[in-house]
Amino acid sequence: MLREIRPAIVLLLALTAITGLAYPLAMTGIAGALFPVQAQGSLIEKDGKVIGSALIGQEFKDDKYFHGRPSATLAPDPNDSTKTVPAPYNAANSGGSNLGPTSKALADRVKEDVDKLRRENPNASVPVDLVTTSASGLDPNISPEAAQFQVPRVAKARNLPEDQVKQLVTASTEGRLLGLLGEPRVNVLALNLALDRMAAK
Amino acid sequence: MTVIGWFQIILYCAIVVALTKPLGWYMTRVFNGERTFLSPVLRPIEAGIYWISGVDEKREQHWLTYTVAMLLFHVGGFLIIYGVMRLQAVLPFNPAGQSAVAEDLSFNTAISFITNTNWQNYGGEGTLSYLTQMVGLTHQNFLSAATGIVLAVALIRGFARASMRTIGNFWVDVTRCTLYILLPISVVFTLFLVWQGMPQTLGDYVEATTLEGAKQTIAVGPVASQVAIKMLGTNGGGFFNANAAHPFENPTALSNFVQMLSIFALGAALANVFGRMVGNQRQGWAILAVMGVLFVAGVAVCYWAEASGSTTMHALGLTGGNMEGKEVRFGIVASSLFAVITTAASCGAVNAMHDSFTALGGMIPLINMELGEIIVGGVGAGMYGMLLFVILAIFVAGLMVGRTPEYVGKKIEAREVKMAMLAILVLPLMILGWAAVAVVYPAAVASMANAGPHGFTEVLYAFTSATANNGSAFAGLTGNTFFYNLTLASAMFVGRFFMIVPAMAIAGSLAAKKSIPPSMGTFPTTGGLFVGLVVGIILIMGGLTFFPALALGPIVEHLAMNAGNVF
Repeated sequence: MLREIRPAIVLLLALTAITGLAYPLAMTGIAGALFPVQAQGSLIEKDGKVIGSALIGQEFKDDKYFHGRPSATLAPDPNDSTKTVPAPYNAANSGGSNLGPTSKALADRVKEDVDKLRRENPNASVPVDLVTTSASGLDPNISPEAAQFQVPRVAKARNLPEDQVKQLVTASTEGRLLGLLGEPRVNVLALNLALDRMAAK
Repeated sequence: MTVIGWFQIILYCAIVVALTKPLGWYMTRVFNGERTFLSPVLRPIEAGIYWISGVDEKREQHWLTYTVAMLLFHVGGFLIIYGVMRLQAVLPFNPAGQSAVAEDLSFNTAISFITNTNWQNYGGEGTLSYLTQMVGLTHQNFLSAATGIVLAVALIRGFARASMRTIGNFWVDVTRCTLYILLPISVVFTLFLVWQGMPQTLGDYVEATTLEGAKQTIAVGPVASQVAIKMLGTNGGGFFNANAAHPFENPTALSNFVQMLSIFALGAALANVFGRMVGNQRQGWAILAVMGVLFVAGVAVCYWAEASGSTTMHALGLTGGNMEGKEVRFGIVASSLFAVITTAASCGAVNAMHDSFTALGGMIPLINMELGEIIVGGVGAGMYGMLLFVILAIFVAGLMVGRTPEYVGKKIEAREVKMAMLAILVLPLMILGWAAVAVVYPAAVASMANAGPHGFTEVLYAFTSATANNGSAFAGLTGNTFFYNLTLASAMFVGRFFMIVPAMAIAGSLAAKKSIPPSMGTFPTTGGLFVGLVVGIILIMGGLTFFPALALGPIVEHLAMNAGNVF
């Protein structure tokens, strides 16, 4: 048994060096050279400043922008570091609500959001993804229905014809991969950037 | 449920089955010590490792030595993780300035990673430095996975060999598994994931100013290299708090699909390795068929439950499935499928929050783990877990006809059955035992995030996941407390090693037995009757043990939900 002690130390250290240092560092170098944009986090710049990542959702509250899904992410309470406070789309602390199907807190929150959205657009049924929080709290996407639902509000806030905004949503809708994998979706940040560009013209 | 949803599920199953044979062929060559196409590159490194660590690769070990070597290896792995976590504040690769991780959380995480559980009481981007992610977690993702695989191979050798005292050399097996199987696949997989949008950088967290002018700190890091092995090795510990639901940890539908494939790939291939080593591949396919039956049943129920949605939401006038805690790019089907895969295997990565699943949808992951994670299972762990159930099933079949049971040419006798039973009893002991303590201990009850039966399910899920070395969670439960850090660590430790040691004892005793040729009276173990018998034994064992607990949790919650109750 004693002769197993040397490999337990040396072999472990050798494999740790290979898998824990050489491998991730080599991959960082190679991936950075082959896919520099993705490796840095698919960042989007505007006028030389980083405005976000193409993959990470951000909070939109203004009527003239399309809104993403509710987000349940938290941040430390500035007044008491042992507690947390809601901080939607906090990309430094991902997470979901973790509320279950019989949670009163969830039912109450969703009811409030549904009522608000019904007042905003009484003519369409409320899409479920627009009133439920995502798993990461950073979902960059909404369903095409959720985007179309918001068209009247956005068009009104921007004084644009609804048809024009609607067309932009349709153009921004991504389908399933090969018609099979994933779900149809709209990237909210990309849509809002396209909207700003259209309005600037 | 939609046609396109079922098409995704069928495509997934078809690719897993198609990968089984070529991967099984390659893995068998690796563990038989034969040359592979990677030998010209890797053989010098392999030989170098043996040379500096003083391993004689020709010398095989008795099962006890093999097990002791494995345990020593884990003591070292534990010390490395614990040390790096406690010292991360003063070590390099810490751009976010993370402070040292607390003692109890470091202890829990170190146990969690050496046992291939990867329970996340840590917060990923909010707690760990890049060095901890790499040297602490990525390295153990490799080594705990390699350990699982080589233990399964050792048990398989027990069946395959006759009249031998040894079952292989642990150091050789673990080195070859890491170098020839895990590392090359991870390298290719990492590049694929970065191409799909996963970050791989040592740079600082990004400060962005959003379109509306708010500040957003975006956590990045060496994500892809860790995620590749996290999935392939069925580890499941996330780089980020939200695990594979985080857009950086699972950017696209394609990355999701390939991640799901990688969870099952090696575990399914081990069934083929078993068949090849015992000299009849149909034995392997029969075991895979047992897994397949249980898997498809689980997927069907979970997908149906999630697509049906929650009546609480429908009462508010919403239609459609349950989207709380799910990502739009995956939707209902890929989230349900992922949940079943990750708990059938011992992965524990999540691309949706299981805590927010419907009662019945969330019960399927729970059942998968309580059955012992033998539906493909963790790399290796699933295979040796399944073989324990096979031994029981063969024993029961033998009792029925009054004949000494045999399996692949080996007589199954009292010692094997006792050891198999001992290993299987660990599940109820740790799961039900600790859950019972937690629901009467006030400090533990305070950790529940949901009230009513769902709160109980959170606790039951935690101990189930820990004991089964899964690592997924009903994550509302505040697990980072002194009580849960210690009790969950004990469940993980016992769940892993108290299953391994009896399994290795069986390996040793089987290897020493003579091989007997099949006769007219031998129960055929490649047909439908055998598959049905093993499925039956698994369901009866699991059902008898856990049904009362499930009735108090998800089942009563489902009834309450349909009656319109909220808590």
